[in-house]
Amino acid sequence: MRWIAVWQRNFQVWKKLAGPSILGNLADPLLYMLGLGYGLGRFLGEVQGVPYLTFLAAGTLAYSVMNSATFEALYSAFSRMHVQKTWDAILNTPLTLSDVLLGEWAWATSKSLLSGLAILLVIWALGIYADFAMTLWLLPVIVLTGLTFAGLGLMLNALAPNYDFFLYYLTLFITPMVLLSGVFYPTDALPVWLATIAQGLPLTHAIALARPLVLGHWPEAPVLNVVVLLAFAVAGFLIGLRLTRRRLLR
Amino acid sequence: MPALMLQGLTKRYGGVAVVDELSLEIVPGRCHGLLGPNGAGKTTTLRLALGLIEADAGEIRLLGHRLPHEATIARRRVGVVPQTDSLDPDFTVRENLLVYGRYFGLRRRDIESRIPALLEFAGLAGKADAKVPTLSGGMKRRLTLARALINDPELIVLDEPTTGLDPQARHLVWQGLRRLINQGKTLLLTTHFMDEAERLCDMISIIDRGRIIAEGSPRELITRHIEPHVVEVFGEGLDAWEGCASRLCRRCERAGETLFCYADDPKVVTDALEARAGLRYLHRPANLEDVFLKLTGRNLRD
Repeated sequence: MRWIAVWQRNFQVWKKLAGPSILGNLADPLLYMLGLGYGLGRFLGEVQGVPYLTFLAAGTLAYSVMNSATFEALYSAFSRMHVQKTWDAILNTPLTLSDVLLGEWAWATSKSLLSGLAILLVIWALGIYADFAMTLWLLPVIVLTGLTFAGLGLMLNALAPNYDFFLYYLTLFITPMVLLSGVFYPTDALPVWLATIAQGLPLTHAIALARPLVLGHWPEAPVLNVVVLLAFAVAGFLIGLRLTRRRLLR
Repeated sequence: MPALMLQGLTKRYGGVAVVDELSLEIVPGRCHGLLGPNGAGKTTTLRLALGLIEADAGEIRLLGHRLPHEATIARRRVGVVPQTDSLDPDFTVRENLLVYGRYFGLRRRDIESRIPALLEFAGLAGKADAKVPTLSGGMKRRLTLARALINDPELIVLDEPTTGLDPQARHLVWQGLRRLINQGKTLLLTTHFMDEAERLCDMISIIDRGRIIAEGSPRELITRHIEPHVVEVFGEGLDAWEGCASRLCRRCERAGETLFCYADDPKVVTDALEARAGLRYLHRPANLEDVFLKLTGRNLRD
């Protein structure tokens, strides 16, 4: 449990800038959700039997959690590792690299939990859900989605020579994923070959869990979704740990 | 029991041994200096000794603990001052110490009770709530030293503690280090400042190409490896003097436009020099730098 000290350190820094940080995390997904939900929703009418805004809510939630975890594990972790040498300083104490990365993993997940909670609050406030008790299951889905993208982010972080490197990941992986994983429309609208690709993307599985819970029924294949997300999360973290060890402790 | 014991330590990178069967023992309560040119393997040796990287061969015992397996336990009683600044820029001076203390599993109350004395030690008493970016280079280094003491370590490892500091700031760091030595702490430091090593260290290991090439107290090293007097000669007519000098002193060494004359009796040399107009000279006692240059050569290491 030594990694908690790393989590605490990041939390303590975050507290100083919490206001702008929360606002930044919330404003962007909220504008997408409300702008597209109301704006496009007028022309679309109902999607899968619910108003477009309601349909969009779960997608926005998953996408916001993904973004938050990704940015924390890429840019923020990179400045701690590479620019500020915070990790080097910690490694001189009884903590090990596993402790550092566990702390960072938990921290990026915590930040994404906060982003997810913010969207969930808006979902509750606007009443765009079917069954309140069922929306509570969104909390573990948020955490799992956060762990997945934080883990993948830490893997990329270990490989990055500089900040610019992250643009490849964002433009080649994250952005296409947002467009293909069913954030804005059901994936069955895609041609078969694209839908097949989408099935391999972690965000698709996060949305496959989140959307039914907002719409008031159980996911169709929750075990598959959870296993895929867990696999990405654990593989990302373990590969990230290995690569970071090679980078810092050689 | 030595504070640190390295036995036959080897670390290779791409087939090149950066640390090459190096053995070293550090006596508790002493200040031990590791001297060497750039790339000699000093920092790698420290990283091995702290259990941060794994050796290809050899044995490491840090405060009695076998590394790398017991590194976490051993590091609880070690303080480290790294070469590059790694203070937390988002935190104040006090917060830096608090957060760092937590990495050792110390309780907040215990850390807080230590902070005033540490700030006083580091000459930062009035700076507890200052943000790190507002501190000068010397203050940052002293804060890094205070941070390394948060766990009241038995052994303090310092990697070039005064590089990049101005003379005033260096002297302040030295005062701090000397206080630690007087308190009975064990210090292991790397430096390329010979005056620093001569001032602080009880014991010095000169390391080059991953091996220890000489070891002893500063005085021992000087008497063992070098003549007691040095006359540095420069100016017009140096070429002519060079032939004459080699007869007058035990050893001469030409470096660019300066001739270093190492002699047991400097008077013979300086008398001869007085007779030569155009030549200027500087007579001084031999020091550790002369030993270092003799043993590691005058060529640049990059």
